[in-house]
Amino acid sequence: MRWEPAPVVNGKVHMRAVRYVAINVFRESVRDRVPYNLVLFAVLLIASSYLLGQLTAGQDVKIIKDLGLAATSIFGLFIAVFIGIGLVSKEVERRSIYALLSKPVSRAQFIAGKYAGLVLTLAVNVAVMTLALYAVLGYMSWTESAQFKAGWETPAVDPALMKALLLIFVELMLVTAIAVFFSTFSSPILSAAMTFGLYVAGHFNADLRNFDKVVESRTAATLARAVYHVLPDFAAFDVKTQVVHGLHVPATYLATTIGYGVAYIAALLLAATFIFSRRDFK
Amino acid sequence: MTPAIEIDNLAKDYAVGFWRRRTYRALDGLTLSIEPGEVFGFLGPNGAGKTTTLKLLMQLIFPTSGRAQILGRPVGDLATRHRIGYLPENPSFYDYLTAEELLTYFAQLFGYSAVDRRQRVATLLDRVGIGRERRFQLRKFSKGMVQRVGIAQALLNDPEVIFLDEPMSGLDPLGRRDVRALILELRDQGRTVFFSSHILADAEALCSRVAVVASGRLAAQGRLADLTEFTVRGWELIVANLSATALERVRPTATRVTEISPGRYSLELSLNEPPDRILSELVSTGASVVSLNPLRETLEDFFVQRVNAMGAGARGEREGAHARG
Repeated sequence: MRWEPAPVVNGKVHMRAVRYVAINVFRESVRDRVPYNLVLFAVLLIASSYLLGQLTAGQDVKIIKDLGLAATSIFGLFIAVFIGIGLVSKEVERRSIYALLSKPVSRAQFIAGKYAGLVLTLAVNVAVMTLALYAVLGYMSWTESAQFKAGWETPAVDPALMKALLLIFVELMLVTAIAVFFSTFSSPILSAAMTFGLYVAGHFNADLRNFDKVVESRTAATLARAVYHVLPDFAAFDVKTQVVHGLHVPATYLATTIGYGVAYIAALLLAATFIFSRRDFK
Repeated sequence: MTPAIEIDNLAKDYAVGFWRRRTYRALDGLTLSIEPGEVFGFLGPNGAGKTTTLKLLMQLIFPTSGRAQILGRPVGDLATRHRIGYLPENPSFYDYLTAEELLTYFAQLFGYSAVDRRQRVATLLDRVGIGRERRFQLRKFSKGMVQRVGIAQALLNDPEVIFLDEPMSGLDPLGRRDVRALILELRDQGRTVFFSSHILADAEALCSRVAVVASGRLAAQGRLADLTEFTVRGWELIVANLSATALERVRPTATRVTEISPGRYSLELSLNEPPDRILSELVSTGASVVSLNPLRETLEDFFVQRVNAMGAGARGEREGAHARG
């Protein structure tokens, strides 16, 4: 059993470790039957389109769009939170991290790989859901008469839906980063509670900005404004209503919001790496 | 020559207690140097600090003070990880992977080509005795089989230095024999093996040098021969055809008499009793001498003596000394 030592090429080693850790996370999610949620999503969408077709007059396409986007967001949220919180803590609990970190994998690469793996899982999930949504909408468009379709505010197979789906995906990436961040130093239950808490608080974040208009106390207003700047602004990622009602969502808004999301994710992952790199595995 | 492993005054404190935080010293000023090609036994009772030391060397935990180097590089150096292997204590892996997939995943992290990966994984799984089970998910593996997979993953990159934390744990007698043979094979290939154990027979069979730790402190270190071989504490004489009269004659001079089978006895003689006098006396009664061997202090005797010398109270004493708040 004599072999030549493995080659070490720094740049390549860096990305290689991240890539293989990510692929392993993806494989774990597949073996844990995460893709089953896609079947549930498809059934929900097809059943709803059939039922709505019987009940509503002219509103069915709008409702299917609403339902499809909301379901993509909620299904993704559950995957991001419930897998995200266990990404790091599960490795530590089952002690599989001991052997892994004795290989040429730094703790920063481990965090980046774990995060990238879950984002890959989410990307596949969102992509399949997008295809399913467009397929159902396409079918509805194909089966309706031209006269009926004239009453729709936007076409059924509307490319603008992609704007909402893109922001949903970035939002899910942000939720994943929050879950991974908490997962580096706290238990899965606490991580889930804190991630959901931040998600809900982040959706009502805009209220904090104008807190000075509803309270007298200057301290409370300043505190609320500080919290507004620290909390992730999840409301910014929600353009579902605009898209469904055919309102224009400018490209600059998309770019700014994605930029904001990416910056927030980078900060969270850096903080997660900082904490994780100093952690003892007792 | 650069030592394979160099540990210099390494110490590790853990915080204990919820409301009243105190520090507990798990490892206290450990200094060791292991030369390339050595099979080094790191011995001690449970809770002595063996696993803490190995985790410090793998940078799974960080030292409170002191430093350590592997192959002349600080622990944690990524490039050095290509040259070392590690078997954790009671290893646990991804139970959704098969043994083959796990090893392939680790081989990918080392950057081996697909052909090389396949060859390495197959060879190593054969070597540790995992046959067609290699295609089963690890959740279906017994503890001993997981241990074998653990040993295989530690050797995946053909390491120069191999760290094995309780390598015999969970193995049946056949498995233990295989692992012993593997460690000797690694030694013959010139590799350095650092293994922790509380099973002294393994150390006696395999190690060129050992260190004994107790209560987080180094109790002794040295070549096995230096520690035990020359400490002769008496003689063991085995005789056959020993008559009752002859037995009664030698009984007062023996410290212990054990009947092995009718007429066949084992006599333990003290160091002060010259065996040649008794030998000639017994031969004159018609008894036949089967063997005469010096009774050496075993590693176990040495171990018990040193661990006891450290005192059970030492841990409590140090705990108190480091307690804060």
